[in-house]
Amino acid sequence: MDLQIPYEVIPRRDTGVNNAKLGIWLFLASEVMLFGGLFAAYIFLRMGAEAWPGMMIPDTTTMAERADQVLSVPLATLNTMILIASSVTMVMSWASLKLNDFKKYKLYMGLTILLAFGFLIVKAFEYGSKFGHDLFPSTNMFLAVYFVLTGLHAIHVTGGIIVNAYFWGPGTKMWTQGNDHDKAHFTNRIEVAGLYWHFVDLVWIFLFPTIYLL
Amino acid sequence: MEESPQGSTPQDQHQTNGEQQPLDEAPEAHAVEHAHDDHHHDHHHEEGFWRKYWFSTDHKVIGIQYGITALFFLFFGFCLMLLMRWQLASPGATIPILGALTPELYNQFGAMHGTIMVFMGIVPLAVGAFGNYVVPLQIGAIDMAFPRLNMASYHFFFWGGIVMMASFFVPEGAAKAGWTSYPPLADIETMGQTMWLFGMVLLITSSLLGAINFITTIIQLRADGMTFFRMPFFVWAQFITAFLLLLAFPPLEAAGFLQLADRLLGTSFFLPSGLVTADGPLEVAGGGSPLLWQHLFWFLAHPEVYVLILPAMGIVAEIIANNTRKPLWGYKLMVYSVIFLGFMSFIVWAHHMFITGMGTAISAFFQVTTMIISIPSVIILSALFISLWGGSIRFTVPMLFALGFLPMFGIGGLTGLPLGLAPTDIPLHDTYYVIGHFHYVVAPGTILALFAGVYYWYPKVTGREMNDLLGKIHFWGSLIFMNGVFFPMLIQGMAGVSRRLFDGGLTYSFSEPVFHYNSFMSISAFLLAVAQIPFIINFFWSLKKGKKVEKDNHWDATTLEWSATPTPPVPHGNFIHVPSVYRDPYEYSPPTGGREFIPQDEPPPKETETETIEADA
Repeated sequence: MDLQIPYEVIPRRDTGVNNAKLGIWLFLASEVMLFGGLFAAYIFLRMGAEAWPGMMIPDTTTMAERADQVLSVPLATLNTMILIASSVTMVMSWASLKLNDFKKYKLYMGLTILLAFGFLIVKAFEYGSKFGHDLFPSTNMFLAVYFVLTGLHAIHVTGGIIVNAYFWGPGTKMWTQGNDHDKAHFTNRIEVAGLYWHFVDLVWIFLFPTIYLL
Repeated sequence: MEESPQGSTPQDQHQTNGEQQPLDEAPEAHAVEHAHDDHHHDHHHEEGFWRKYWFSTDHKVIGIQYGITALFFLFFGFCLMLLMRWQLASPGATIPILGALTPELYNQFGAMHGTIMVFMGIVPLAVGAFGNYVVPLQIGAIDMAFPRLNMASYHFFFWGGIVMMASFFVPEGAAKAGWTSYPPLADIETMGQTMWLFGMVLLITSSLLGAINFITTIIQLRADGMTFFRMPFFVWAQFITAFLLLLAFPPLEAAGFLQLADRLLGTSFFLPSGLVTADGPLEVAGGGSPLLWQHLFWFLAHPEVYVLILPAMGIVAEIIANNTRKPLWGYKLMVYSVIFLGFMSFIVWAHHMFITGMGTAISAFFQVTTMIISIPSVIILSALFISLWGGSIRFTVPMLFALGFLPMFGIGGLTGLPLGLAPTDIPLHDTYYVIGHFHYVVAPGTILALFAGVYYWYPKVTGREMNDLLGKIHFWGSLIFMNGVFFPMLIQGMAGVSRRLFDGGLTYSFSEPVFHYNSFMSISAFLLAVAQIPFIINFFWSLKKGKKVEKDNHWDATTLEWSATPTPPVPHGNFIHVPSVYRDPYEYSPPTGGREFIPQDEPPPKETETETIEADA
């Protein structure tokens, strides 16, 4: 960069944060509004619906009474576990940098990325089994909500993978070839990426009961 | 009576003490800078054309990019409106080159005029251009907090604009469902609507990145001594605007995704069961709600109104303080009002939906909040009016525009009151009265203020003055003809003429007594176009031939963008020496001493001030 912007790494004393951390919290606030809008839409549509999920149990002729008769709760539970685990490894990767242990950082960040891929693979199986039963977003309102909300969440997971993969691969130059200040900067970046990752995790924690259980 | 913030109260001295903290930090920051010094020197060689003008990370260049692009879109949106007005004045008349307008083309122009003016013209000019250029200068920052994000924000905006423009050329043309894109119509529209949604997602992304950047910059990068209550009102206005953009746009983005799903995946979020079109029953699952879109849309679009108006108020406040040569009356009151207004703007959206049958209880709630939100607007406007009292007013061109803003925005605001109450809104809803009302807010209101900003900061950006006479012609032409366009709309609306009619109401008998106003409005619109010619000439001519400014502080202003930087400011870094701030924003005609104005970055006279601080400690 041409200019050294103040408080890129060192927190400003009277506000107590550095720029990136404030920026990511603001971004997350807007994300809360995005998913808040989607959850509000869900409530609005469900209140207006005659029945919920309002469809047959797949492969039978009986009406489903609960969402878990249509969707796979075991797979979603597995995915919840995977995401929570990935949040833990994300924190560990950041903590490793704080402890100046770069090898451990690579390990934990790598695990975080793999777990995220695991989440998407499970998701793909879930979607695949729905498509196999001729269940599409256009089939009914319940499935429309299911596919669009989990789909937008999956896009967020993908975004997280891209960011984390950058920090696992080419982005590490800042640490390996940098001075102490650059190292602090890199640690800060991982913390910020972690905040985003935890948010993605948190959205899933809300989506899981809302769509699969309620 | 006068509540002018002055620098010698005990409270202020306390603030001065508090400011020692950031100063302590300076050595630390310098150490950091040294570590990077070697990188520093490499970058001072000449930048290539693309790096300098297109992929620039300098907030000033990005501000200019935003400004020029937005002015172009404003002009383009205005041209669409001229074609529509041609059609309205003489329905079915042949327009040169284009031929007679078809109803479909008219609807495209209508939808795109609104979209372009709001999302691609005024917001980028008010926030992207003025905000980007002026805010860092006014708070004494060397750049925005995230320069590369800032660049990305402009490029998202630019490509969003390109997608919108390209939508005119897809089969069956651009979006035709109005700038509000109400379903179910928008759900079953032609391909242009999909382009509209993609364009909006890009524009929203741009706004979000911008908003994050503005808030972070204002919180983090204020110069030493620039406490929140020493920020110029313009910065406050941009600060609150950024929060509105940050929190109000995402629900529209959510709604945009849902509408995209409706159009591309065949869902029916906004399509009720049993919908029948001219082509027979729609084959969709149904069960959706068109009202859901309206809620999500207006949850954005009402705060959006304040996104349009707050920066304008900020510009006017700067210019009024500067040209009355006295502090703003009730600066703190204005700041509290703008904060309250920002908060309230999130809970008034459903006053756009009184005729949807929400029920009286919900209507009552939104009527109350709507009446409450008018209070802070009135406070700000009144404070600006009172600021004029007893000032020695300089009638410069920016001041003329700022003075024009006050009554025009007043009309816009007052005509809004009947629309905020359900009983009067129901007959007026969807008539030309509504069009007249919001155009008074945005056109003679916001656009006059934006012109004021252009004239006020043009010397800062270019180092040259704009021509005075051409500016005055531009002002009087714009003021008169804008009223000529919009005032008859109020009359037509009260007679019951509906908006969005292709023939301007020709086929309805009740519009007969007011139909002749259409010619008057259209002639005014074309004269308004003529009145913009001096501005366009002035804008380009002054770049090369304008009189060079004689001193850095061209308007004798107190705020940092004029007092602490060279004119034009240093590329990449703004200041020769990063300023410290010692004073309130508008110390014009201070009661002590024979000075006419004291800039914010002028240190207090040595002996007296230090003694009082020591005595205080």
